[in-house]
Formats: sequence, structure tokens, C-alpha cells
Amino acid sequence: MPDNATKESTAARTTPVLAAVVLLGIFPFVGGKFYVDLMVTTMILAIFALSLELLVGRTGLVSFGHAAFFGIAAYATALLSPQNEAASIAWLLPAAVVISALAALGIGALSLRTRGIYFIMVTLAFAQMAYFVFHDMKFAGGSDGRYLYVKPVLAIGPYTLLDLDRPLTFYYSTLAALVVVYALLAAVGRSRFGHALAGIKANEQRMRAAGFSTYPYKLAAFVLAGALAGVAGFLYAVKDGFVNPEILAWHQSGTVLLMLILGGIGSLRGAVLGAFLFVVLKELFQSEALFGGFARHWQLPLGLTIIACVALMPNGVTGLPAQLRRGRVPVPHAG
Amino acid sequence: MDFAVFLVQCLNALQYGLLLFLVASGLTLIFGILGVINLAHGSFYMIGAYLAYALAPWASEQFGGGFFTAIAIGIVLSVVFGYLLEWGFVSYLYQREHLQQVLMTYGLILVFEELRSILVGDDVHGVAPPAWLAGSVQLGSVMTYPIYRLFMSGVCVLVALGLYLVIARTRIGMAIRAGASNREMVQSLGVDIRLLYRIVFAAGVALAVFAGMLAAPVSSVYPGMGNQVLIISFVVVVIGGIGSIRGALLASLLVGLVDTFGKVLIPQTAGILVYVLMAAILLWRPEGLFRAG
Repeated sequence: MPDNATKESTAARTTPVLAAVVLLGIFPFVGGKFYVDLMVTTMILAIFALSLELLVGRTGLVSFGHAAFFGIAAYATALLSPQNEAASIAWLLPAAVVISALAALGIGALSLRTRGIYFIMVTLAFAQMAYFVFHDMKFAGGSDGRYLYVKPVLAIGPYTLLDLDRPLTFYYSTLAALVVVYALLAAVGRSRFGHALAGIKANEQRMRAAGFSTYPYKLAAFVLAGALAGVAGFLYAVKDGFVNPEILAWHQSGTVLLMLILGGIGSLRGAVLGAFLFVVLKELFQSEALFGGFARHWQLPLGLTIIACVALMPNGVTGLPAQLRRGRVPVPHAG
Repeated sequence: MDFAVFLVQCLNALQYGLLLFLVASGLTLIFGILGVINLAHGSFYMIGAYLAYALAPWASEQFGGGFFTAIAIGIVLSVVFGYLLEWGFVSYLYQREHLQQVLMTYGLILVFEELRSILVGDDVHGVAPPAWLAGSVQLGSVMTYPIYRLFMSGVCVLVALGLYLVIARTRIGMAIRAGASNREMVQSLGVDIRLLYRIVFAAGVALAVFAGMLAAPVSSVYPGMGNQVLIISFVVVVIGGIGSIRGALLASLLVGLVDTFGKVLIPQTAGILVYVLMAAILLWRPEGLFRAG
């Protein structure tokens, strides 16, 4: 029965996701303070990676400038927050997301005129431009960055519903944001819009021949991805209470692409898993307990790991079972 | 703006643009012919600068001649290094997607930067130009201009001319031009494409290393110096068109002018103008000024 098969595969897909959400839900009660803090960072990075997955995995657009939207939203959050009182999440979050979406609209409208290698270079260049805007302009505090003194709250009248200054509240707010973004992207994937994006990835020429004007679809995906990266940027700024130009540097764009390929491109699970694996690898290589003085040079083992991972498991961790079943290293054709 | 100041800025723009051309021409050839997006290209520039710093004292002790001996040794080393890197690493990238090329060469950057940190440390170093190039020439009544910068521009012009002659007049240049237009066709016509790839890659590495060595006395030698050059070189390649040497030359000079005069005339927007230029060119010609093929 085809119906049964679909049901089974749906269950097989959703069970690990639900299990992960439950595990993340009970984590603060078992993990130490350091690890809970690290998990918040991981979840923020997971949202960031999910937003890029919409472009790279779903639409086939390799953007090397995605950190721009993360950073623009983080800066917007820090710059718009009042100095001495808590801002309301009700307007600060939408403002940060809208600003990063607008930036994505402008950059996307220009970048999407190009494709392939050009698109990679152009998105990188525009992200670098955003970096220099915050690095060189006085209003943003230059290379020293900006502090966010009072964390935002959500309050109705005298009742404070959410106070992001409280670590546990912040943890669950981030988890909720992750679940919402994941669910949203899953819904997008099933929608007509998502199918059109998948069609563009598979064969843009054919989509155009079928009567789709592909440019607006790609631009809409780019803006949505920028807005969701903005959610991650907002959370990042609130968590650290500090932003500086380094968060939009091109290393950040490289890092988020790395997360996608670690986890496996083409699935939402891969993006989340990739963010988790990246944090684990980074903590491992930076650990002085394990590497002693060499931990200072943690980027050397990281670089070698990147090269090895891309060479040996181009489909990431989620693609590993299928790859092992085939029993060889697949060499995908240049696309 | 006083005429002497204007002249000095023009010379600066020319020198910066020509130096960029050395890096960007290799990058555009590697894109155009090998089809590989090589993020580690900026690292070769960084390696060149550090080579100049490390080799100059040693070379003057061993052979005398200092700086130029160091450059000669550096070029030989870089050709060998480029050849080996193509054989051992880059040749595995040809069949892969752009994203995988990006990430693997990104990994390579991290490896190069950390090896540099382990071997030479993270300090900023100066490199002295050769004594006979260390002075300045008088421009007008008050302005002076360092001779070494003039020398750099001169050398870059010579290299650009040499590159032009090789590509326009020689057999290998013909294969390179044909390869930039249509790789598969060149292969099917019986050109040893593997050898061609290896030569182009080694030449690209040598050009970037040479640029780094040449720039060391002016810019000094510091960690991360390759990344900035890399991204500006991307802008140059995007403006000039992939695979086009002529486009790379024109775009380098354009970027040099816009960056130098932007910093003088509107210092607030210093870092941004070059990218605005790129955006404008993209609106006008999404495939760059001269696209090969």
C-alpha cells in the first residue's frame, strides 16, 4: 500500500526530530552551565545554517556571503536597543529581521543577475562590503564594535512574559526559535514555492521553459534566507550582548557553509547536525586539555578536517549511511 | 588638489592596480581554464611576502645580492610548489562541485595560515628594499615619491607585457586562450590538458608569490594579508570577466584608481567604493567587461 509506505517514511523522518527536540528540552536539567551556554550557541548557529540550507540545499545557490545578514541583524539589534532600558522583543526582533531581509533584497537583486562561480564571488564581495560598512563607519563603533547593555524583554503591561536576561528563558526561547524556523522551512519545502525552488536547482533552464520566471523565485528564497539568518543574528547579539565586525567577516560565511557540508546538503536535519558537529570539532581542537599549547593553532586540524570531510564524505554525515551502502567514495559531477 | 599631490595619487593608484593585476591574472586564468575556484590564491600572496622576509637575510649571507636573490629563489620555489600542489591537491577538485572546491580551498587557507603562525609567528615584520632603491625622487617643490614604488610599477608593467607576449604569441599561449574559451574542445584536439593545467596553475602561483615578495617592502608582512588581496582580486575578476587577462588588467587599474582616489577624496567610505563599482558593473554587464569565449 502506497499510503502505508508514506506514513512509515513520515514517521521515520519525524521521530528523530521529535526525539532531538525532547533531548534539547531536558538538556538544561542535566548539562552544566558551560554546556548549556554552548548549546545555546549551537542552536543559534543551527538556525543560521538552516537559513543557508534554503539557498544551497533547496535552490542550489551557493552564497558565500550569508554572514552579512546574520551580522546586519545583530548590529541592528545592538544599535536599536536603548542604552538604559530594555527594548521590547515585540518590535526589536521584527525590526532586526526586516532590516536583514531588506539588505538581502538589495544584495540578492544584484547578485542573482549572475550564476555559478560569479555568484559565489559576488556574494562574498557584497558581504565584505557590509563588513567594511560596520568596520569603517563611526555610528557602528568601528572595529571595537558595540555593546548591548540591557537585554530585550517581552512584556504586556506590568507583566513580563519573557526576560532574555535569564539564561533558562533565553535557552528555551532559542529552542523555540529553532523549532519554528525548522517547521517553517519544512513547510516551505512542501509548498508550491518550495517545489519551484527544487525545480530551479535541478534544471533552471527547464523551469523557465515550463513557464516559470525563475528570478523572482530565487530572489524570494534569498530574502527569506536573509530574514531567517536575521533571526539567528538577533539571538546572537542578545546572547553575547556585544557585536563587532568579525561576525560578518568572510570566515563566518565559510564556517556556515562548512556546517552544511558537514551535516549533509539537501536536508534540514543535515544543517542542524552540521552546526552541532562544527561546535564539537571546534571545542575539541581548542581544548588545551587535549592539545596543550598546540590548541592555539586549532585552525590547522580544523582546516585538515574540512579537506578530509569534503574529500571523503561529500554528502555529509546524513549521507554517510547511503554512501557506505554503495561502498565507495562518490565523485559528484561538477555542477 | 595640488598637481603634485594628484600625481602622487595617480602613481599610487597605478602601483596598487598593477600589483593587483599580478594576483588577479593568475586567479582569472585558474578559473577560466582549470574551472577551479581557488580561495587559497590569497595565501600564495601571503606566502610570497613571508618568503621575501625569510629569504632575504639568508640569501645575502649565502650568495650576496639580498633582495633580488631572494626573489629569484622564491620564484623557483613557487613554481615547484604550484606544480606539486596541482598534482597532489588541486587536480582532485576538477570533477567536483563549486561548493566543494570552495570549502576544500578554504580549508587550505586555514592550514597555510596556521603553518605560517607556527613557523614564523604572528608578528608584523618589515622588509627593507635594496639600498639603491631605498631613496625618493622629488616631485614638484615639496612632494617626494619613493623610488621603490616606481620600480614596482615598472616591474609589474614588464611582467604584464611578458604575460601578454606569452599568451598572444606562443604555442602554449594559444592553448591557454583556447582553453579559456572551450576546455573540452581543446582536450579533444589533442592538447595535453593535464600538463596545460599544471603549467597554468604553477604560473598562477608564481605570479601571486612574486606579487607578495614585491609588495613586502611597501606593505610590510603581517598575518591575514592574503585574505584582503584575495577578496579584492575576486572583485577584479568579476569586473574583468572570468578567464580574460585583458579584463583583469583593465579591472585592476580601475579598482586601483577608485580605491586610491576614494581614500583621498571621501575617506569615510574608504573600504566600500570598490564594491559599489562592482555593483555598478554588475548592473551594466553581469558577465564582466571582457568574458573569455
